[in-house]
Amino acid sequence: MAFLKSVISVSASLVAGGALLAFAQPAAAYTAYVTNEKDNSLTMIDTNTLEVIKTVKIGQRPRGIVMSKDGKWVIVCTSDDNIIQVYDAKTLEFVKVLPSGPDPELQILSPDGKTLYVANEDDNLVTVVDVENGKVISDVPVGVEPEGMGISPDGKVLVNTSETTNMAHFIDTTTFKTFDNILVDSRPRVAIFNSQGTQLWVSSEIGGTVTVFNAADRKQIGKINFEIQGVAKEAIQPVGVRITKDGTKAFVALGPANRVAIIDVATLKVEKYVLVGQRVWQLYLTPDDKLLFTTNGASNDVTVIDVANQKAIKSIKTGRYPWGVVISEN
Amino acid sequence: MRPTRAKRSSIRLAARASIVFSAAAIGSAGASIGALAQETPAAAPPAATEAAPAKQADAKPALNINILYVRQTRELPLPLSLLDIPAADNGIGGANLAVADNNTTGKFLNQTFKLDVIESGEFADIVKQTEEKIAAGFGYIVADMDHDTLLKFADALAGKPAVIANIGSPDDNLREENCRANVLHVAPTRTMLADALGQYLSWKQWRNWFLVYGSRPEDKALADAYRRAAKRFGSKIVEEREFKYDSGSRRSDGGFEQIQQQIPQFTQNAKEHDVVVVADEAQLFGDYMPYRTWSARPVAGTAGLTSTSWHPALELWGGTQFQNRFRRLNNRQMTPLDYDAWLAVRVIGEAASRKQSADFQVLNKFIHSPDFEVAAFKGVKTTFRGWNGQLRQPLIVTTDKLLVSVSPQPGFLHQFTELDTLGIDKPETKCKAYVQ
Repeated sequence: MAFLKSVISVSASLVAGGALLAFAQPAAAYTAYVTNEKDNSLTMIDTNTLEVIKTVKIGQRPRGIVMSKDGKWVIVCTSDDNIIQVYDAKTLEFVKVLPSGPDPELQILSPDGKTLYVANEDDNLVTVVDVENGKVISDVPVGVEPEGMGISPDGKVLVNTSETTNMAHFIDTTTFKTFDNILVDSRPRVAIFNSQGTQLWVSSEIGGTVTVFNAADRKQIGKINFEIQGVAKEAIQPVGVRITKDGTKAFVALGPANRVAIIDVATLKVEKYVLVGQRVWQLYLTPDDKLLFTTNGASNDVTVIDVANQKAIKSIKTGRYPWGVVISEN
Repeated sequence: MRPTRAKRSSIRLAARASIVFSAAAIGSAGASIGALAQETPAAAPPAATEAAPAKQADAKPALNINILYVRQTRELPLPLSLLDIPAADNGIGGANLAVADNNTTGKFLNQTFKLDVIESGEFADIVKQTEEKIAAGFGYIVADMDHDTLLKFADALAGKPAVIANIGSPDDNLREENCRANVLHVAPTRTMLADALGQYLSWKQWRNWFLVYGSRPEDKALADAYRRAAKRFGSKIVEEREFKYDSGSRRSDGGFEQIQQQIPQFTQNAKEHDVVVVADEAQLFGDYMPYRTWSARPVAGTAGLTSTSWHPALELWGGTQFQNRFRRLNNRQMTPLDYDAWLAVRVIGEAASRKQSADFQVLNKFIHSPDFEVAAFKGVKTTFRGWNGQLRQPLIVTTDKLLVSVSPQPGFLHQFTELDTLGIDKPETKCKAYVQ
């Protein structure tokens, strides 16, 4: 009960903080796109005003979301349709579909924007799709329940995590073959390279850890554990990970612990836990690295964190069970 | 313009086409997966400045892990509902899925898992066949047996290089007074199941229970577990009745006319209660209770609102994909026994992949250590209790069709893990075989 009260009081202060925000923020107007898993909808948010621009109905059970390199499209895994849907980023009008395997969950684009890699949770395959012509180029067999997708900045190495096999699979993007498979802690959800391409971070939801690898030799650099006073160990479930472009700070969404951990990359130490909405899963930084958006599935909102001040400044109501988030480059 | 109805259907068609494509891809790729995991890509690795796929994965020695599934065939009365009649491979279907899952992972580690099944109703035969398998290198045994048989089985195998994972008996006695060092328990206990339900009823403020239990010893043991749960979580049993009628064959032409009279009569004049809690493990009369009780009260226990380790409609925590995989493999729904069997086989798979070993002693020691954990579509890791080898896990509170809640309920706190608010806890344990 005491915990519940503290959440309520924090939400109240978030509302108050939101009012100040309009003055505090520079006028960089990016657009955030949030998939609402339960509502089959997509919510568009102005990152300057932090207001919802609009919410539109899309395909069934939308989850992973990315933007095309030219910023014209948002590309969404609509899992229950077993397909990828493409929408116009400005108007949210439906453009086309791209193929995937059954139950696509997360996807990532090659740095040149030409190839889309899709984790199909239901068939132990990563599907490689040509974005322009919509053709499947290849399928890569991986472990049970593929999910997390990370790509090296040079586009040469794709990393997929398999949730039940508990591995990070390293895939050579020239041959579409795995060349290394590394066991990580239970239920790996997200894999992400830093912008420098020197590190790979993998979150383990059930293991409760984030493992950091040296990208060059795939050796473990360190493992981050989390401890939050008053939160049961089992409730600390790392999912989403984002790293600032300068590679100094990382953010980890901790699921039902309702916190985002801010990590000093140099020391791999947690600097702060920021209280956000309930069951926080995916994260995205604005291109200027000033704001972090979090999707809070169980409380139907997005929390906006001021990166410099390490504070939650606003929660924005979305559709039901917000899942994925992406922010435009301009 | 969003997809119109016509567009949507074309999307579905496209989706179907892609499924066919993928299936073909699996077929063609499947044969070479094992090699894939071990070999450097045929083409020279790209000369990347960063994150270069420079060298091949360390070659791992080939390991074979043999798992034995022993089922005691027994004469069980048929359940009331046609829907509850178990499939011939109930349990085995789950074990087979776990072997497939273990093998998918094993392809990347050069590990192969194999499942052999023994089915017999003769105890001596069960032991003889099992001993032969143990001699042939089967160290991990999944056992679906009743209480007495499991106990004799464990004692017969004492000292042999084998560990038994119990999936067939919820009896607390096997984890307490009669616990054995060579038995792990994957199936939840009666006290765990009763506590999971009891916490929910307490959360719901349905605190006055009318307890109805059957005449079989299992039903009486379950009634004890419900009494214990009521006491622990602040509820009260205001009335108790034993259901002594012989409910007869599960089916006859006609029958409802008499039941329609019988159940209201049986539940008449009970003290004011919020809920009827029924203990009928074999499902011989409990399902007669809902909608027939004298007072308009909900039914919980083994009928109506039930607690269980699994439900075929559970989709939380990635459960959808898990259910789909099961259905593709077995062409039916996953039962709690299938789930318990899957989990039992995943335990050895997880241990083998973490330890990169097929050695029984290495794996057994690791499974019994506090470091062992396995993800099991329950939202949190599942682990074994160090004092009696019982798997701790969240339990599902559900109607016949859909999940209602997951226990432990919020607010039932514990010094170490809230999962230990379900069932007999360390300070109360009577198990001596596990030394802590």
